[in-house]
Amino acid sequence: MDMREVISTGNELAAIAAVDAGCMFFGGYPLTPSSEVMHVASDLLPKVGGVAIQMEDEIAGICCVIGAAMAGERALTATSGPGVSLKAENLGLAQMAEVPLVLVNVMRGGPSTGLPTRVSQGDVLQAKNPSHGDYKSITLCAGSLAECYTETVRAFNLADRFMQPVIVLLDETIGHMHGKADIPTVEEVKAGIVPRKTFDGPAEEYFPYECGPTEPAILNPMFTGYRYHFTGLHHDKNGFPTEEIETCRKLIQRLEDKVAMHEDELESYEEFMMDDADIMIIAYGSVSLAAKETIRHLRKEGIKAGLFRPITLWPSPAKKIKEYTDKIEKVLVVELNIGQYHSEIQRAAARLDIAGLFKVNGRAISPHEIVTKVKEL
Amino acid sequence: MAFNYDKYLRLEKMPTLWCWGCGDGVILKAFVRAIEKMGVSQDDVCVVSGIGCSGRFSSYVDFNTVHTTHGRTVAYATGIKLVRPSKLVVCVAGDGDALAIGGNHTIHACRRNIDMTMIIINNFIYGLTNSQTSPTTPKGMWTVSQKAGNIDPTFDTCDLAIASGASFVARETMLEPKKLEKMLIKSMEHKGFSMMEVLSNCHINLGRKNKMVSAMENLEWIDSITTTKKKYDLLTEEEQLNLLPLGILKQDLEADEYCDMYAEIQKVHQGQRAKITQDDFVKKI
Repeated sequence: MDMREVISTGNELAAIAAVDAGCMFFGGYPLTPSSEVMHVASDLLPKVGGVAIQMEDEIAGICCVIGAAMAGERALTATSGPGVSLKAENLGLAQMAEVPLVLVNVMRGGPSTGLPTRVSQGDVLQAKNPSHGDYKSITLCAGSLAECYTETVRAFNLADRFMQPVIVLLDETIGHMHGKADIPTVEEVKAGIVPRKTFDGPAEEYFPYECGPTEPAILNPMFTGYRYHFTGLHHDKNGFPTEEIETCRKLIQRLEDKVAMHEDELESYEEFMMDDADIMIIAYGSVSLAAKETIRHLRKEGIKAGLFRPITLWPSPAKKIKEYTDKIEKVLVVELNIGQYHSEIQRAAARLDIAGLFKVNGRAISPHEIVTKVKEL
Repeated sequence: MAFNYDKYLRLEKMPTLWCWGCGDGVILKAFVRAIEKMGVSQDDVCVVSGIGCSGRFSSYVDFNTVHTTHGRTVAYATGIKLVRPSKLVVCVAGDGDALAIGGNHTIHACRRNIDMTMIIINNFIYGLTNSQTSPTTPKGMWTVSQKAGNIDPTFDTCDLAIASGASFVARETMLEPKKLEKMLIKSMEHKGFSMMEVLSNCHINLGRKNKMVSAMENLEWIDSITTTKKKYDLLTEEEQLNLLPLGILKQDLEADEYCDMYAEIQKVHQGQRAKITQDDFVKKI
């Protein structure tokens, strides 16, 4: 793969990645620590013929993004936990009507206004179920500066593949981190774009929501001669509201199955020094950087620790987790919340003795803290 | 020759869920006639509605249609219009939809002056959910949430739109469908954000405890609280108090339209992409 070396921040790289991936619309509202995504998007988009708009509130931010995506464009919004709370209802509409979009959440301390300028990973469960009802979220989590770029690009391709919102989780540390990153060239990214499927037969034979039981809807862009209906209500093959029992059941089951039956396309994780590990640390996002430092330190002391880092958080790489937790006794989950992903690891491992190192005071976890915890195991 | 509505309606969705005698159907027909007269292709029109009785408007008309969440019509429409500025984008919202839960979006849409039309069907009540107070429910009227009579002061939709900066503001009623049709054409042909308030009846849920149980009684009440702008302007302030003027209340042909202004920004910056990404934001090593 053709690569380029750059110096930038996580938030900037997410916005640049969006534009490189063909995003033509940004809608949002200022929210620390995510605002730089909007700043860069508003500089770059008009230069490629796209549009960036600062809306009157978080809700309008997601609504106009859904509108632009309905019209047929790749569209981005960025916010932090409080903003996701406000956007939740309309994220639900995007799940229900199967509108692809990318939401970058740069996590800060919560709940409520929380710690606006400090780091947290408290939105992991929110990303799984931001809105009411049944659907299956897709959530990616960047663990390095380069991944702020590559995961945002991947999010756009996955959104179009699965026809639903894809959340990219950054955190305050990685969003504001400034440093060197190896990222693919624009040409590489452009070559890898897989646009959403469209139907090109006669309009009278087009039924956007008539698809296989594990397939997403095929939504042609607006104004192209295929007139249909978007709604957040349960709907039939044309998108029109219905309460017909089987249609309702099949629709919601399909929203689940279109993701659940294709988890192999989504699975993504990193294994760091796991080959001979007899202690497994599980961490994601910026915390994984401290975990890697920890492992290097422990290895020098002869302690064989390794890191398993999920990149796709939802759906979780459950099979791989089970594979490891079946053979490694000492497992430690390190995260900046009180065990939000720890509970998912326990579920996947079918074990209740997974250790945890949690921190919720807005400060990063240091390698030293992890070393101490590992030695206690 | 009688107008043929079939081309514009999704006939398989008929009958509508609107009650017998509801004014929403009259407004829908006037809207369809207006589109026909404007000569716009159905493929080039997008109708965005919200939640409530008016929310079902979009599913009955054969255009590109969106049924959004409660109150968010103009926010969705903003995204659609900004990426497809040459298309006709029309929002249809109710009084609760546009002025209560969606009030913030409404005032900022007026302020931005994006070239789209917002039709607010004002029936003075939450109809679909059975008679709760709306921001336009007149003081003293019975609602299920204020059975002793509404004490909340009422919003004037058009005053709000004018104050918020909409470049075209008009009010009509469903009592005069021909006039309404002409005004709809004017509002949609206006370059900029147009706010079109249409007063309609809800004898079922507004009328039932407010002595307007039939559509006729409700319509007579609407007639009694409205007058033309011409006549309204000749009245004293005291006489104007309980009356709503009909017709064009504001028309600003000079106001800058948002999509045009944005196109200027795009033109100025076109082609500078590479320079900005690599030099200004990321430094090549």
